Amino acid sequence: MRLDRSGEGALNLGDTNAIESALRIKEAGAEAEVVLVSMGPTDAINALRKGLAMGADRAVLVSDEGAAGSDIVATGGVLAAALAREAPELTLFGQQSADSDGAVLWAAIADRLEQPLISQATSLDLADGKATVKRQTEYGYDVIEAPLPCVIAVSDGINEPRYPSLKGIMSAKKKPQETLSLDEIGVAAESAGAAGSRTEVRALHDPPPRGDSQIIDGDGESAAKLLAFLTEKKLV
Amino acid sequence: MSTLVYVEQHDGEAQRASLGVLSKASSLGGEVSAVVLGERAKDVAAGLGEFGAATSFAAETQALSAPLPQARVDALTGLVAERQFENVLFASTVLTADVAAGLSNRLQAGLNWGLIDVRSDGGQLVGTQPALGDSVYVDVGWTTTPRLALFRTGVFDPQSSGVSASVVEFEPTASEWSAAAVLVDREQAVSEGPAIEEADVIVAGGRGLGAPEHFSLVEALAEELGGAVGATRAVVDAGWYPYATQVGQTGKTVTPKLYIACGISGAIQHKVGMQNSSVIVAINKDKNAPIFDYCDFGVVGDVHEVVPKLTELIKQQKGA
Repeated sequence: MRLDRSGEGALNLGDTNAIESALRIKEAGAEAEVVLVSMGPTDAINALRKGLAMGADRAVLVSDEGAAGSDIVATGGVLAAALAREAPELTLFGQQSADSDGAVLWAAIADRLEQPLISQATSLDLADGKATVKRQTEYGYDVIEAPLPCVIAVSDGINEPRYPSLKGIMSAKKKPQETLSLDEIGVAAESAGAAGSRTEVRALHDPPPRGDSQIIDGDGESAAKLLAFLTEKKLV
Repeated sequence: MSTLVYVEQHDGEAQRASLGVLSKASSLGGEVSAVVLGERAKDVAAGLGEFGAATSFAAETQALSAPLPQARVDALTGLVAERQFENVLFASTVLTADVAAGLSNRLQAGLNWGLIDVRSDGGQLVGTQPALGDSVYVDVGWTTTPRLALFRTGVFDPQSSGVSASVVEFEPTASEWSAAAVLVDREQAVSEGPAIEEADVIVAGGRGLGAPEHFSLVEALAEELGGAVGATRAVVDAGWYPYATQVGQTGKTVTPKLYIACGISGAIQHKVGMQNSSVIVAINKDKNAPIFDYCDFGVVGDVHEVVPKLTELIKQQKGA
């Protein structure tokens, strides 16, 4: 059994923050190539094309039937292999929604690559071969430095991602887009998909009902109706 | 069944959500241990028996003094390998999520995250994981040991059981690359007024308020209800309200009896910090705001009209 979380093949909002960070590094004068790397079904290339339209240089998608249903251990192994092939100086992740598949992936991949990791980055500066990051936590901000190569997961508060321009959308089609199999990145079939995973989906249920929720339109009476609700619930 | 609970501490105080996970582990039975890392770990470890740990492991080495994940992965790797724990449990924070995922790779161990519950089902551990925007609950399992589990913050309340723990100090070995990232500065948030984690009522404001001075509307309602004021990350980032009031994934996780969201769209980053509130009220002029999908009472309207009117009506009702 497997839960299909692949969605509609849209580019994850958090990933647009990571792409924006990479483009800004390049635009600030770094001699850099911005490469998008992902794992997913073949139509995930459409999502990557949106990143190319924003300005990334090329895209690499690992797409293989044998990778479907991979958990964090299996996904981490596949993506780390794809990243090792590129050997970037900086690997950026976007913040994923808290219940999505990728929400904790960056730490597994940093460990696999044996590279320093900084997550929840709200600012990122590169100089003298090292990254300086402001990380937001429950307690405030931490300033953390790490030498390159390293892995950084940016927060969605780090920037406002640009929209692709018409020119960007046109040129995206011509940019290099590679789709690779597990074999091509040197990952054995038993290390990916359900075979390479250490967790499983056992059953699916409906969530317990939250009770009836009422949504009312704002008019002259809405504050009074709200007060009646709070009074009935003994909250005032 | 042997279970290790990672207890995160901040300035010598055990994180409440970690204590909740420890209590939950204790209720599952078997041999339950806890581990605390960093400065003052021994002090924190000594108090964990009360929440269900029979043994508390503590390490205070220099490599663990900064709140960074990778040296913690090193420490846990050695401990789990030596003691052969079958389960390793974490309460989710920015730091522990990175520790759990790093450990998952290091041990090539299954990690289920975002869990809201766990049970023992005929000797098998089964976790409950809400998915796809909480529209489905997934029963998740592990196919190998150790089993790693990361729980949403605040899903279990700490329970005092009153047993004392034996503290075992250990000296983890650190891998070289784990020390490459270094903490160079910290800016701690300073709380003013009542702590929002303790409040029974929270009135929170978001970008929909339009301007920082409109927080006075939120403050007036909070005062009338005897509650505390919360804020979204967007308005904290914009400098409208102090960091200590931030509710969400990178702020506080709160579980009041009443949460009133004023001009808050309710994106996932905010939702994870307040979704366990008993009653959620939302006032927002955008009828498509995600918060209307999970509130108990919603008003599609202008916060600038509804909030002051509500404050006024409560005042009248109290006076009557």
